[in-house]
Amino acid sequence: MSKALRPSDGAVWTDGIAAVHQHVAHGMITVRADLNTAPIKAAITSATGVAIPAKLSIETGADAALCWMSPDELLVLCDADQAGAVTKQLQEALAQHHALVANMSDARVIFSVSGAQARDVVSKLVPVDLSPDTFKPGMLRRTRLAQVAAGLWMPDDDTICVLCFRSVSEYAHTILKQAAQAGSSVFRR
Amino acid sequence: MLILNCPYCGVDADETELAPGGEAHIKRFGPGSSDDDFEEYLFMRENPKGVHFERWRHANGCGKWFHAARCTVTLEVFGTYPAQTFEPPAELSAAISAKRPGWTWRTFS
Repeated sequence: MSKALRPSDGAVWTDGIAAVHQHVAHGMITVRADLNTAPIKAAITSATGVAIPAKLSIETGADAALCWMSPDELLVLCDADQAGAVTKQLQEALAQHHALVANMSDARVIFSVSGAQARDVVSKLVPVDLSPDTFKPGMLRRTRLAQVAAGLWMPDDDTICVLCFRSVSEYAHTILKQAAQAGSSVFRR
Repeated sequence: MLILNCPYCGVDADETELAPGGEAHIKRFGPGSSDDDFEEYLFMRENPKGVHFERWRHANGCGKWFHAARCTVTLEVFGTYPAQTFEPPAELSAAISAKRPGWTWRTFS
């Protein structure tokens, strides 16, 4: 894996109403297979140690997390240095099935927006209802972040993780910081 | 703003999350077909005032193509259904008939 360039080089931006942080490298593995087939589900679970997530959700385990991307696609999140080994395990587990496993760690980046106003900040950029009643930790939503495709989930009540392609990471970082700029609270505080 | 329910992931996606794919249920005729068939496939499109069938792709979501039935006059959406079909499901046709009695679109009614 070549040295990944990051706009903030892992630094946390805290000059606004929410902190914006670009994560250092994650292992990200794309799995495409029919997720309604029991043997395929069992093979993925045995290789990653994580249950298959329900539609529009993320399932987190001890060493990995599984993101539901579409009816036939999962994204496996793991440590960057484990990505090669996990890819190999998945490929071996799915060898007898019609499936594709690819190490896509360099394709995407993850940001986290955290703080009490994190929902308000991300809501400025996506056509999704992020109110606490409808968007809860454990859910995953692929959508549009201003002009680029993105995935959203919440590791906890005050943090929203944003997944987007590395080619647009500088743009995503800029608009997230702009949406979180000081004095831009949606509600009077 | 058009809001369509994606039949694959179940999300109520607004228009900005979707990519339009033009008219639905267009048939491409195979080898040995006539020039008229090819012209029909390439160029001939419906332009109805009322019930219309379209293809959409959940481009910024799950990425799947699906079909939608809507009204071009009121923008009312009658329903969406998966793309792996040659005609709208019977219950959708019935629902459209209840709201727009006597509707026709190409060979459907």
